[in-house]
Amino acid sequence: MKIGVCVKQVPAKDAPLSIAESGKWIRESDIGFETNEPDSYALEESLRLKEKHGGEVVAISMGPERVKQTIKEALAKGADRGIHVLDENFYLLDPLAAARSLAAAMQPENFDLILTGLQSDDQGFGQTGVLLAELLGRPHATIIMQIDASDGRLKLKRELEAGWFQWVELPLPAVLTIQSGCNKPRYATLKGIMAAKKKEIASIPRGSLAVADTITEHVERIYVPQKSKKTEFITGTPQEIAAKLVEKLKHEARVL
Amino acid sequence: MKILIITEQRGGKWHTASMEAVTAAQQIGAQGADVIGMVIGGGVGTLADELAGCQLKEVLTVEHDLLENYTPDGFTHALRQVIAKTAPDFVVMPHTYQVRDFAPKLAAGLGRGMIGDCIGHRFENGKHIFVRQMFQGKTVADVVFAGDAPWIATFQAGAFRGDMAAKGSAKAPVNSFVVDLQPEQIRMKPGELFREAKQAVDLTQAPILVSVGRGIKAPENIPLAEKLAHALGGEMAASRPICDEGWLPMDRQIGSSGQTVAPKLYLAMGISGAIQHVVGMKGSRTIVAINKDQNAPIFEIADYGIVGDLFEIVPALTAELEKSKTS
Repeated sequence: MKIGVCVKQVPAKDAPLSIAESGKWIRESDIGFETNEPDSYALEESLRLKEKHGGEVVAISMGPERVKQTIKEALAKGADRGIHVLDENFYLLDPLAAARSLAAAMQPENFDLILTGLQSDDQGFGQTGVLLAELLGRPHATIIMQIDASDGRLKLKRELEAGWFQWVELPLPAVLTIQSGCNKPRYATLKGIMAAKKKEIASIPRGSLAVADTITEHVERIYVPQKSKKTEFITGTPQEIAAKLVEKLKHEARVL
Repeated sequence: MKILIITEQRGGKWHTASMEAVTAAQQIGAQGADVIGMVIGGGVGTLADELAGCQLKEVLTVEHDLLENYTPDGFTHALRQVIAKTAPDFVVMPHTYQVRDFAPKLAAGLGRGMIGDCIGHRFENGKHIFVRQMFQGKTVADVVFAGDAPWIATFQAGAFRGDMAAKGSAKAPVNSFVVDLQPEQIRMKPGELFREAKQAVDLTQAPILVSVGRGIKAPENIPLAEKLAHALGGEMAASRPICDEGWLPMDRQIGSSGQTVAPKLYLAMGISGAIQHVVGMKGSRTIVAINKDQNAPIFEIADYGIVGDLFEIVPALTAELEKSKTS
C-alpha cells in the first residue's frame, strides 16, 4: 500500500506567542516548533499499515524551510521519503488554496491512501483531509479510530459525538483523517535517526505547482481574545491560596 | 440577501447546535435578509414543523432514502442541488463532527471557501466579519470572505444561544425540496451506530467536578485529584488525553467527544483549555483553574485562577477542606 501522510509543523505547545507586526501571524523568532500532535497519530497509523501490508509511507509537509525538521522526524520514525512544499508565506493561504497546493504535489504520487491528523494546533481549520479527498476525487472518512484494510477496501471505525461510534466501509484509494489518541505514536530510535539521513526529501517550491492563488477568505487580523469573564487570580503560598480559595467558594461564589 | 441554514438531526431528534445556527443566521441577516431553514435526512416532517415556528422566510425539507443514513457523498450531492436552486449568499451550519465531515467538501466542490468553527460574527463598515480561534484558543482571528457567494460559515457549539432564536409571528411555510440521488454516487457504506460501553457515570448530574488534564503528568498522580474530589463531595472528570492514556475511563471525559456539563463548581487542574475541552464545560457556574502556565486559555473562562504547581496546591486545598469540615 502506498500511503501519503500529511504532517504539519506548529509552534511548540508551551511556546509564548506574540502577534507579528503585520497582525496576520505570530512572531516566529524566539519560539520553538514541533510536529502537530494530531498528525503524529496519522503518521503512526500509516507506519502500522505499512508494517502489516507492505508498501511505502511518504511524509508531506508545507511551510518554510523549518518544516524539514518535521519531515526528518517522520523519516526517523520509519517513513520512507518526504515531500516538502516550500512556501515562506503559507499562513496567508486559505484552507482551499493550501489543500490545492498539497493536492497538486501529491497527485503524481497516486497514493492508495492519504492520512491526515484531525486538525492543526496552529490554524485549526480542520479541513485539509476532506478538501484533499474532494480535490483528488477520492472518497473520505473522518475522525477514524481503527483501520482494517483488505481486498482494496477499508473497514473503518469512526468516532461520532457524545460517545457514539460507527463502522463504515470505503473503497481504495481514499483519504482518512485520524482521531487523536487512537494509537501510541512511537519514538524514533537511534537507528531510525541514522537511517533517515539517507532518505530523500523532495523540495517543491509552491510557486512551481501552478496552483491558482485565488483566495476565498482571508484573515484581517489576529489578536489575543478579550476575556469574557473577569478572572480573579489568587496568589500566596499553597496554604494561603487554599485558605483564600475555600473562603471564596463558600462565601463569594457560594458553591460549597 | 439570502441565508440558508443547514440544521442537523439524527433519528428525528435535533442536534442541540441546530437552533444555535438559526440564531447565528438571524444575526448575520440582521440588516435584512431572507433566512431559509433546512432539515435534511429521512422522516424530518415534525422537526421541519418545529423549525417553522422560528422567524424564517421558508423551511425546506430534503428527504431521500439515501439520506436516511448520513454519508458525505449523499449529503454533498443533495446540498449542491439545494444551493444551486436557492442561490444563497450565506450558508450557515453548526460546527458538528458531521458538518466537519462534509462541509469542506461541499465548499470545495463549489470552488468556495468555508470559515469553520466560528465563535462570533460582527457586521462592521459594511463587512461581515467572522471570528474564529487559532493556536488552540490562545489567539482569535477576524476572518472575511473574498470572492463570490455562496459563503459557507460554521459555528462552534455554544457560540450562539439556541433559545435566543427569534420566533415568527406566523409559521413559515414548509416546502419539500426534491433531490435526485443515485446509489452509485455514494462511495461509503455506512454501518449502524453503536456505543462502546454503557455510560457508567452521568457527569451531567454532578454538582461538583474535579477535572484533570495533561498537567497531572502520570497515572500515579490521579489519587491526588481523587482525594480533592472526595473532600469536595464531587466526581472526577478529565480532558481527552487523560482518557486516551487510560488513566481514567472514557466515561469521565468532558468535551466535544465526551460529555457536556454545567456543574455549579468545575475545578480544572492542569488543563490548558483547548477548544475541544472548553465547549464541554464553559457553561459551568463557577470555574476554578489551576495551571502552571499563566497564558493557558483556561484562564480566559475561569472565575478563580491559580498560577502554580498543582502538586503543591491540590494537597493544600484538600487539607484546607478537611480542616474546614471538622472545625
